[in-house]
Amino acid sequence: MISSSLTVDRSEFEAATGWQLKPEGACKGEVCIPLAEPAGDTVQIDTLAPQLGMGLAHDEAAGLWAVGPAALGGRALATTAAPNLTLPDLDGNMFQLDSLRGKKVLLIAWSPY
Amino acid sequence: MWQALRNELHGEGFEVVTVGIDTAGAEACRRFIEGASPEHPSLIDQHHVVSSMFGIINIPNSVWIDEEGNIVRPAEAAPAPPSFADVERVNPFEGMTEFPERAGAIMAEAIGIESSPEEYEAALRDWVAKGSDSAFALSPDAVIERSQPRDPNTSLGQAHFALATHLELEGNHDAAIGHFAKAHELVPDNFAYKRQAWSLEPGGDTPFARFWQGPQEGNEDAWPYASEWVSEVKAMGAANYYPKFQA
Repeated sequence: MISSSLTVDRSEFEAATGWQLKPEGACKGEVCIPLAEPAGDTVQIDTLAPQLGMGLAHDEAAGLWAVGPAALGGRALATTAAPNLTLPDLDGNMFQLDSLRGKKVLLIAWSPY
Repeated sequence: MWQALRNELHGEGFEVVTVGIDTAGAEACRRFIEGASPEHPSLIDQHHVVSSMFGIINIPNSVWIDEEGNIVRPAEAAPAPPSFADVERVNPFEGMTEFPERAGAIMAEAIGIESSPEEYEAALRDWVAKGSDSAFALSPDAVIERSQPRDPNTSLGQAHFALATHLELEGNHDAAIGHFAKAHELVPDNFAYKRQAWSLEPGGDTPFARFWQGPQEGNEDAWPYASEWVSEVKAMGAANYYPKFQA
């Protein structure tokens, strides 16, 4: 996620990272990571990010912060449950990977460069 | 490229989803997608979210997902199916009559890049036919174990890449370069991060431009990155560009 402040709304953090901040900790699917203190309506990303193994990058001139994905367990995948990839097609129509439940899916990443 | 195989296997409960990864967005992908006329979902990923979500590190890469939404093979090299090799593709050299020296150097390396398209297609067909009984559908532990390594430094590199993308899309290309470079340094295995950033530098006024991925002749000092495609592929050995298919 990208933010112009180290203090962000909890809901914004949750929507951008997919981690729900609950009384028992930060949770995604069945994984819950206990936090040093329970999250309020706003969270400090510089306090929260290290607890989830998330990198925090800064651009001073632009006044922006970026949070990387959680690094837990040393691997890109913490679970085999496929995330609900949601992306637009050429015309801007949003597509959700979950809409293909019941089918075997071959996801292919390519690029024009 | 995948359309014919998709059509053949679609009746067996199989679908292809292609994701074009490009900071330059939908318009940069359009001629390739329209050229392939896909009937399957064909998506645009301007922010490389498939890298953080699935651990995709080069292109083309694939992920296999079963009927219940479980990943059964994590990100790996995905060569296009050889049985449909005659399917029309966009030719990046179209309209070019003269080939600059660098184009030759790129082709000399590209020719040494190895993949296992027959083996990959056979494995894919086996999985579509047999599902979880296929030897190519991995156990959950193997899926996680074979997904890309990620530590807080990798995550920091991905954060820098996200900042770079944001700045680039705001039109602040000069500010983006430093963060792209930081991402390259922190996540050296992510070749998509490198190819992406290199492809956003001027590549000459030809259809080949986005494959140029290196300094302009006579203006080498203007190249902002520590490496470029040709020397990097030479150093790693073209044969190692894509890891071998691992049953």
